[in-house]
Amino acid sequence: MDAPLRAAMDFPILSVIVLLPAVGGLMVLALPRRRGELVLPVALALSLITLGAACWLLASFETGVAGFQFEEQVIWYEPWGVSYHLGVDGISLLMVLLTAFLFPIALLASTSITTRVRGYFASMLFLEAGILGVFVALDLLVFFAFWEVMLVPMYFIIGIWGGERRIYAALKFFLFTALGSALMLAGILALALTAGDQLGRPTFDFVELLGVDLGRAAQFWLFGAFALSFGIKVPVFPLHTWLPDAHVEAPTAGSVILAGVLLKMGAYGLIRFNLTLFPEATVDLVPLLAVLAVIGIIYGAVVATVQKDIKRLVAYSSVSHLGFVVLGIFALTSQGLQGGVIQMVNHGLTTGALFLLVGMIYERRHTRQIADYGGLATVMPLFAGAFLFVSLASIGLPPLNGFVGEFLVLLGSYLSLPGYAVAASLGVVLAAVYLLWAYQRMFTGPITVEANRGLADLGFREVALLAPIVALVLFLGIFPKPALDRVEPAVQGILDRIEMTTDYQVPQFGIEADLPEAEARP
Amino acid sequence: MFDYHALLPEFILGATLLVVLGVDLLVAPRRRWLAGAAGIVGLLAAGVPLLTLAGVGGTREMFAGSYVVDDFALVVKGLFLVAGAIVLLASMSYLRGDRYYEGEYYFLILASIAGAVVMASARDLITMFIGLELVSAPAFLLAGWRKGDLRSNEASLKFFLIGVLSSAVLLFGMSLVYGTTGESTFTRIAGATAAVSGESAFVLGVLFTLVGFGFKIAAVPFHFWAPDTYQGAPLPVAAYLSVGSKGAGVVGLLTICYSAFAGARDVWGPALWVLAALTMTVGNLTALRQSNVVRLLGYSSVAHAGFILVPFAMAAAFEGPALEEAFFGSLTYLLVYAFMNLGAFAAVIAIAERTGSREIDDWAGLARYSPTLATLLGVFFFSLAGIPPLAGWFAKFVMFKAVLGDPGNAWGVSLAVIAAVNAVIALFFYARVLKAAFMDPAPESLPEGAPLSRPLAAALVITLAVTLAAGFYPQLLAFFGEAARGLALP
Repeated sequence: MDAPLRAAMDFPILSVIVLLPAVGGLMVLALPRRRGELVLPVALALSLITLGAACWLLASFETGVAGFQFEEQVIWYEPWGVSYHLGVDGISLLMVLLTAFLFPIALLASTSITTRVRGYFASMLFLEAGILGVFVALDLLVFFAFWEVMLVPMYFIIGIWGGERRIYAALKFFLFTALGSALMLAGILALALTAGDQLGRPTFDFVELLGVDLGRAAQFWLFGAFALSFGIKVPVFPLHTWLPDAHVEAPTAGSVILAGVLLKMGAYGLIRFNLTLFPEATVDLVPLLAVLAVIGIIYGAVVATVQKDIKRLVAYSSVSHLGFVVLGIFALTSQGLQGGVIQMVNHGLTTGALFLLVGMIYERRHTRQIADYGGLATVMPLFAGAFLFVSLASIGLPPLNGFVGEFLVLLGSYLSLPGYAVAASLGVVLAAVYLLWAYQRMFTGPITVEANRGLADLGFREVALLAPIVALVLFLGIFPKPALDRVEPAVQGILDRIEMTTDYQVPQFGIEADLPEAEARP
Repeated sequence: MFDYHALLPEFILGATLLVVLGVDLLVAPRRRWLAGAAGIVGLLAAGVPLLTLAGVGGTREMFAGSYVVDDFALVVKGLFLVAGAIVLLASMSYLRGDRYYEGEYYFLILASIAGAVVMASARDLITMFIGLELVSAPAFLLAGWRKGDLRSNEASLKFFLIGVLSSAVLLFGMSLVYGTTGESTFTRIAGATAAVSGESAFVLGVLFTLVGFGFKIAAVPFHFWAPDTYQGAPLPVAAYLSVGSKGAGVVGLLTICYSAFAGARDVWGPALWVLAALTMTVGNLTALRQSNVVRLLGYSSVAHAGFILVPFAMAAAFEGPALEEAFFGSLTYLLVYAFMNLGAFAAVIAIAERTGSREIDDWAGLARYSPTLATLLGVFFFSLAGIPPLAGWFAKFVMFKAVLGDPGNAWGVSLAVIAAVNAVIALFFYARVLKAAFMDPAPESLPEGAPLSRPLAAALVITLAVTLAAGFYPQLLAFFGEAARGLALP
């Protein structure tokens, strides 16, 4: 490592990335009430600086190296072995980038917020700080603190600036998440105390906990506590009932962040904690999680198909897509896990874009009913094009990004769980049904409702919002290698650990799973 | 015999009591706040010898071991002095409102705090009982301070009857313990426990003592007086009851359980398991249905008493470090709870003055016309709910950690699960108040309220500072818990 890079490593870049949005939130709150016009520029500037810092992180991240980089560690509460420990690997790097990328777009898409503007933008920035903290925390207590911190601004964003049933949705979101996190807190404590028995002192440090040998029974309990909490967030069927309400009632930017980033926290938690800390339980519980994932894929898609409200349709499509992510994760193959991670990013981009588009049409017509539209393509060709493009990406049409993720997930799960993979592929077909059918009803044919005749096409700001997403969708679809290269070592590390601690063998192509590896290799 | 240094805080408090009465006598009625100011100065002055005692260090025993000044006593005394000062600050603007018996009010609060300070050092049954009575008797009067108000009368009468009943029960329990062991000093009771641990009279004595303290800390099923009393009493008095008086009960329970009854852990451990589970659950579930903020805080403080009891519950199964951890858990919870609950009450006092109402529905849209007060309310309520980075999360955490001291113990795990579920229920009702304040539309005509007075603002600033600082830097309060944990070692 050359000298400048080493100096750069000492710079607490991760803390800066987490703190920047929080500072921005405080700055927004400190603005005088009369200078309302400054709120958006200040908030946007801080989130763009955060994006810049995240890009710098990407540039100086060493590809092909397993383990955590940019680690920072400061003792926080010594008697319990709690330290402020941050670090990123390839998986969290992508999540940080996705978060930092989506927030400026979400902020810029919030111009329709006219009441209590300062509170709104401050909440959004605090939310960003909390989410970024979740993705970089390597101490379980710090992780938990960020996990909880994130809850409060989101509660207010849905509850104050949301739709008609916002208060119900906000409370439901709040309580579901809080229930999960209470269980996780108990799990974290039990984990730290069990570790304390072995090490002679309790520790909440993720890296240290990897070295602790948990009993088989303890692994199952702890897996359950963590998985329930993360499963609510993902959401895994049947814990998904909060999702349609929260997504539909949240303001546009809130939905973008909910679908784009917040759900990923659950999947990220499953990969980071469940797979690595409780490998035995993971291997044994694969059938259960895979069944739930496949049910989620098909159930979400079927329910999405019959929705009359386009925002609800997109919300249910998330249940289906996140099912793919979970299936990929619990396929426990290199391809499946990589596909799951990539699919997390893809879903963040495409569903975020879909919510943006739904928000744009809602601002014009103040209805989300599919039946109120029809033939929009003639008056809003740009909008129709963007919607079709994003829908196709979401369906998984090559060469758009969705294809890469779904293909890898199906490939990876076919290796270890062929039956589930076949069932899951039905979800791909159904995705085409609900999205293209919605497109057909809303955009093709003659204009059926007179009120739609005068609708304006996308303006400059709206194009500017969508353009970066479209560019990334294309880039990741055609050339996913940079992303995969960064994820691959992290994924391999997780699988190696599972192979080392259990008798599970990761299936490879051309190798029968039950044969010893040495014989099967040519 | 007399260690004047060790007793200096009590002497200063006694002198302050007299000064407050004198000031009340001498100054003109509109300057009666000077009596309160004198009280605050006296409380702070009483804190100075605590610091010098801590600096010198060591344990000082007096009167044949019945009055002990150790690190635990110093920490707890400091807590009561600070809490008392905050309550006085919060009272000053409230009293300005109807301006009668102002001096007497300050006198009674200070007398009650003096009782709590005595309790912190009490290490024998009689001293403890006298301390507890000194805490309670002024509080009976304070609850009925607004004597023209029926609700205040009801509050006082209920509190008085229940208080006297619980004192009788406590005294009965203590007499049984004394009768079976023949000792009244805690250390000697502990020494004599082994011989009598099987006797039903002794077991009954321990249980009656628990019940007596159960009334004081408003543990279910001995809690029913608390919400009525909180609602009827003047708001600062309710704040004092929920922290000072309850805190004194917890301190008494901590000293008596961990030192006098250290050998009877198999009696009080399971009993308090049940009490903790009931208190949390009933307190939280009842709080869900409240429409009055003060009643809601009343039930929430019942529920928090349950959380404080949680670490006690597993004492029978614990030894050595785990036992110490349980002691530390309850005490640290009390320290954190004191500040955030006083802050919550101060915010409620301020908002009640601003809106002229204590009904949740009347607080609708508070954030629109008084964003600062709404934000303060949010901070303290979220802290009570245990959301990081506010101090409450740390309290919850020590509580969970203490009860999970033996991760394989099914009783400990099940109590932790009950506590976790309760933490979620609590979130629900705290969030409901904040929903009204932040999400509901403001009324057409904004209420005409008094501006925030300076003493109340000071109380809010102090509690806010501690709630924020202890959340980010838990050592701030944990340090004191650590210092005091030695009491749990036999």
